[in-house]
Amino acid sequence: MKTIWGRLWTIFLVPVVLFVLWLVVSADSSNFFFPALAKILAAFRDTWLCGSGAAEIAPSLWRLAVGFLAAFAFALVAGVILGSSKVARDYTEPVFEFFRAIPPTVMIPVLLVISGIGDASKIAVISLGCVWPMLLNTIEGVRSVDSVLKDTCSVYRIHGLRRLLVLTLPAASPQIVTGMRTGLSIGIILMVISEMFASRNGIGFTIIQFQRTFAIPEMWSGILLLGIIGVVLSLLMRLFEMSVLHWYEGARERS
Amino acid sequence: MNDPRAGEARSRDPMLAIRQLRKVYDGSGRTVEAIRDVTFSLDEGELVCIVGPSGAGKTTLLRCIAGLLEPTSGEVMLAGKPIAGPSPGMAVVFQEYGRSLFPWMRVRQNVELPLKEKGKSPEERRRLVDESLEAVGLRDAREAYPWQLSGGMQQRVAIARAIAYEPKVLLMDEPFASVDAQTRAELEDLVRAIWVRLGVTIVFVTHDIDESVYLGERVVVLSASPTTVMQDVPIDLGSVRSQLETRADPRFGQLRGQIYALIKDAKHQV
Repeated sequence: MKTIWGRLWTIFLVPVVLFVLWLVVSADSSNFFFPALAKILAAFRDTWLCGSGAAEIAPSLWRLAVGFLAAFAFALVAGVILGSSKVARDYTEPVFEFFRAIPPTVMIPVLLVISGIGDASKIAVISLGCVWPMLLNTIEGVRSVDSVLKDTCSVYRIHGLRRLLVLTLPAASPQIVTGMRTGLSIGIILMVISEMFASRNGIGFTIIQFQRTFAIPEMWSGILLLGIIGVVLSLLMRLFEMSVLHWYEGARERS
Repeated sequence: MNDPRAGEARSRDPMLAIRQLRKVYDGSGRTVEAIRDVTFSLDEGELVCIVGPSGAGKTTLLRCIAGLLEPTSGEVMLAGKPIAGPSPGMAVVFQEYGRSLFPWMRVRQNVELPLKEKGKSPEERRRLVDESLEAVGLRDAREAYPWQLSGGMQQRVAIARAIAYEPKVLLMDEPFASVDAQTRAELEDLVRAIWVRLGVTIVFVTHDIDESVYLGERVVVLSASPTTVMQDVPIDLGSVRSQLETRADPRFGQLRGQIYALIKDAKHQV
């Protein structure tokens, strides 16, 4: 029990102190652009918990989920193929380096022209942005599967789909998960930015609306909400990681 | 079907025959002849050690025998049939025990995996896994992950996996080169015990002369690369070996000295 309390103390001490400090210091703020935290919290409750903003959260998360999962599926399939074939890698690598170097946000205007302001363009932007870290990490993970494990599979004539399932994917999983984590954080950024450019709903759209109408506490509350979403998603990612990579962490602790 | 190096005439095929095996690596404008001409054979149930100076292409030879590498010329015959690629009649125990077990699988799953590929029924897999883990003294480690075990225990798991596969020939590539001396002695005795109990044909590659004499019924001494067979030394130390008595036997010292001299010669030839 003591250790759990100790851990909670370590995790929450600094955030709580910062929160209280913000609350106290901003309490009698008269600056229009930096309102009191109490006001922001009230706006948060009124906007996101019981107000009109609540309906804006789902479209954002929906587009993030679709964009991220589509990118992940593509990265997994392409990554396994490219990671297994040196020839395919040599041909495609320069192209990937080029695409990766283009900041995905500059694709937003292009995609808007092509596919308008509907969901498709924003999902495409999210996918285009988060596919690269996932793809490149998967390729690297598949490429660097231990040679002795490969020999072991060959000796016992484990080929094809079973080899993919028992060797390639598990061996590459630490790298794949690293790519997913990076991809997710890029995805969140693109989710917000794509909505700020041209959209009729979503969290990013709502924040920009507040900013344009000088609803400053509401604007801040939106930023707070994005922070909370980010933390929750990275926690979910961490849980996923712990369930998939428990062997990896155990083995790493040992060595 | 005449083995030119075999001393006595044999009416039936040897279990494993390597004939005029040659391996040349062809890389970036430079060809390296790793193995020039290796010929030897094993009868069913023999335990033969292969020893040679470091860099003698021992691992290359073993990989060719296992079907992991294609020889440039010559052939490997398993029970009279030439092999191309890994055969269900062979299992290999690698030196790098830490890298040959799947760290995401439990010990039991590691041993069971090749049996699934072989198409064994669940009951039979269970029996083979239990028996082979029993044989290496790791019954209680069934549910552990490999990285929770010591190096010696990990190599025992790899051995269990190999014998559960029920190979005709068991190939071992310097399996004890990276475990400590005491563990090594235990594992050597384990190999002898398994060999006596299962009657499996074993090719044991090592760089350790003492180990080759202690374990083998015969020792094939290789030259430095490009590799040829220098001599095929029969080890007449009896069928029961013990770390204490066998190693103190004057005959052990003689054989050890003989092989040591051969390997010293081999080194000077380059």
